[in-house]
Amino acid sequence: MTSPAIGIGGEELAALARLAEQIFADRIDPKAAGLEPRYDADLWAVLEEAGLTLLGVPEAAGGTGGGLAASAAVLASAAAHGAPVPLAETDFLAGWLLSDAGLPVPPGPLTATAGELTVVPAADGARVSGRLERVPWGRDAVAVAVLAVAGDGPDTVLVVPGGAVAVEPGANVAREPRDTLLLDDVLITQTAPAPAGARTELELRGALARCVQIAAAAATAVDWTVRYTREREQFGRPIARFQAVQQQLAEAAAESAAAGAAADAAVRIAGADGFATVRAGLAVAIAKAQASAAAGLVARTAHQLHGTIGFTFEHPLRTLTTRLWSWRSECGDEARWNRVAGQAALDAGDQFWHSLTGWS
Amino acid sequence: MTTRLVPPPVALDPALEALRGEVRAFIAAELRASRWRPACDAWLAGWDERFSRELGKRGWLGMTIPAEYGGHGRTTLERYVVIEELVAAGAPVAAHWVADRQAAPALLRHGTHAQRQRYLPRIAAGECYFAIGMSEPGAGSDLAAVRTRADRTDGGWLLTGTKVWTSGAHHAHAFFVLARSAPPDGRDRHVGLSQFIVDLGSPGIHIRPIALLTGEHHFNEVVLDGVFVSDDMVLGEPGSGWAQVTGELAFERSGPERFLTTVPLLAALLGELGRRAASAEHVARIGALAGRLWTLRQLSMSIAASLASGQAQDVPAALVKDLGTRFEGDVIEVTRLLAGVEPDPGAPSGLSRMLADALLHSPGFTLRGGTSEILRGVVARGLGLR
Repeated sequence: MTSPAIGIGGEELAALARLAEQIFADRIDPKAAGLEPRYDADLWAVLEEAGLTLLGVPEAAGGTGGGLAASAAVLASAAAHGAPVPLAETDFLAGWLLSDAGLPVPPGPLTATAGELTVVPAADGARVSGRLERVPWGRDAVAVAVLAVAGDGPDTVLVVPGGAVAVEPGANVAREPRDTLLLDDVLITQTAPAPAGARTELELRGALARCVQIAAAAATAVDWTVRYTREREQFGRPIARFQAVQQQLAEAAAESAAAGAAADAAVRIAGADGFATVRAGLAVAIAKAQASAAAGLVARTAHQLHGTIGFTFEHPLRTLTTRLWSWRSECGDEARWNRVAGQAALDAGDQFWHSLTGWS
Repeated sequence: MTTRLVPPPVALDPALEALRGEVRAFIAAELRASRWRPACDAWLAGWDERFSRELGKRGWLGMTIPAEYGGHGRTTLERYVVIEELVAAGAPVAAHWVADRQAAPALLRHGTHAQRQRYLPRIAAGECYFAIGMSEPGAGSDLAAVRTRADRTDGGWLLTGTKVWTSGAHHAHAFFVLARSAPPDGRDRHVGLSQFIVDLGSPGIHIRPIALLTGEHHFNEVVLDGVFVSDDMVLGEPGSGWAQVTGELAFERSGPERFLTTVPLLAALLGELGRRAASAEHVARIGALAGRLWTLRQLSMSIAASLASGQAQDVPAALVKDLGTRFEGDVIEVTRLLAGVEPDPGAPSGLSRMLADALLHSPGFTLRGGTSEILRGVVARGLGLR
């Protein structure tokens, strides 16, 4: 069970966000993005050196203990720049899962996943077999934090070294690695029983990370579209002057702002409560549903207003929109998460309003 | 870094939950005594002077008016909690609504000491009701096109013109009139506008009902035929009317009433559906509404907190009102489809009646207080597109 980290806030948090922004802005040029984002080891080294990769992990476990809001601020910056590194997977997921299970958190890029594996206890650990599908950055991670879900019996947390798995490459529509990892009777020495509630918390953390990423990418897409429509002239004026353009872009900006507000509120609540409270679960569910819905609208508007040039390989817009299209479906789409909020609303019945004010 | 369009999130002080509990208990007692029925759009249509006075007695009107003027000197967020509970409950707040929500803040910002003394204590008591005299037949979205004239006379002004959509003018005591007191400055029509506090009982005032498509009488046409307004009833400075009016917009547009109008219908739907098994698709559709409502509330609270610290919030307020009023309409559509009932304006009560009432009021949601198109234009300006 995670106890909520208090973490940094205020001016310290703002300074951290500026530092992250500077690192990503200096090192990433969206116009130079290849078709496939390749893991950037140099960027990872800089992030790790600056203490930005394990902000959500307490200092006692090898992290920097900055707290959830700090993790979110840095992740937002990474997402806005399309940083090709498993930051969400390391900070929000693997770092938490391993430290919470009392396992050491290795340095380097990590990833995390849950899956059904055969786990046979052995003298010096466990022998593990099975397939783990769509693991983000699986091929690049030095270790995979795995929540091995048992059909009957308790779940187990494993540290699976990157070298111990066979990789079948896979990708999302942004071509980010989503690999299948195969374990063939691998001896895993670092195992521990999963903390209570780990399965749910892993799901919620994944969803929250994607919320933060989507909100940042959506806001960036809106910014780029504002800039483009002010620069692009047709019919003797910037296309931003046309009301059809203004109305559509204002709508996309509003949806983007709503997704951002929901994500911020969910980070605040989960940061205060941890992930096990009813209101934290609802806040994350709602934020992910809002973000997933906004992602589609923003991507569509950005492409529509950029015209055909935005549809090319050469133009960097694809680095944002393909991520929006990917991330909205990952860690649960809007239908899956809307059902959570919907069931809570139905359970409240005509006392719905009374219940909703408690979801904050 | 990306542009931030809305202020950062806030958490409500847990101490406010005690206040919320008091308001809920009061509402519950009123409902048990069958004083009124929850209704959608009750802040337009629910005129109940007894209810307004009861709120006044409990210190829930004029909450942010300073005590020296009969108010309670409480915070913006305390007031926010009371308002959201009343509107979500579909309570009949129409009588005091304009007075408490718009007239009182305007008097506090631009009024003289005498004007404040004259009106604020009675507004806080729920006994003094106001209407808004802005729109005209030729001036809706284009408010600067108002043609009501204010001509100088001995000791004051004579107002001549016609105002429309003036909700509640047939019941209210006074209204603020936006009129042209001086010519525009070339093409700048914002120059030369003034606001006047006009007693609706004045000689020269002629009020004619304008029925809604339901036949209900809330709107009015108010003809001003040489209505005398003394100098001490000018609100703020002559010529500052435009700045004064637009300065209030963020307060008006960001409030919880801009997305809670149809929450009584949503609650009724959930009460109805809760008893039956719902399909996964329906559960998701409800969840989308609940999630959007939760999000709008987060936005609205953060704007309220930001306004309280004196920051301009025109763009966030416009954005929230646009999303909020769209949500209000979505509630009607989802209710219609999920409940599978026909809207029935003749039903004595229940979901089909509330659905009919909400549906028939729905065109107003996205028109009043700034049409959605205008609001998106405000956001577009905030983005730098115009």
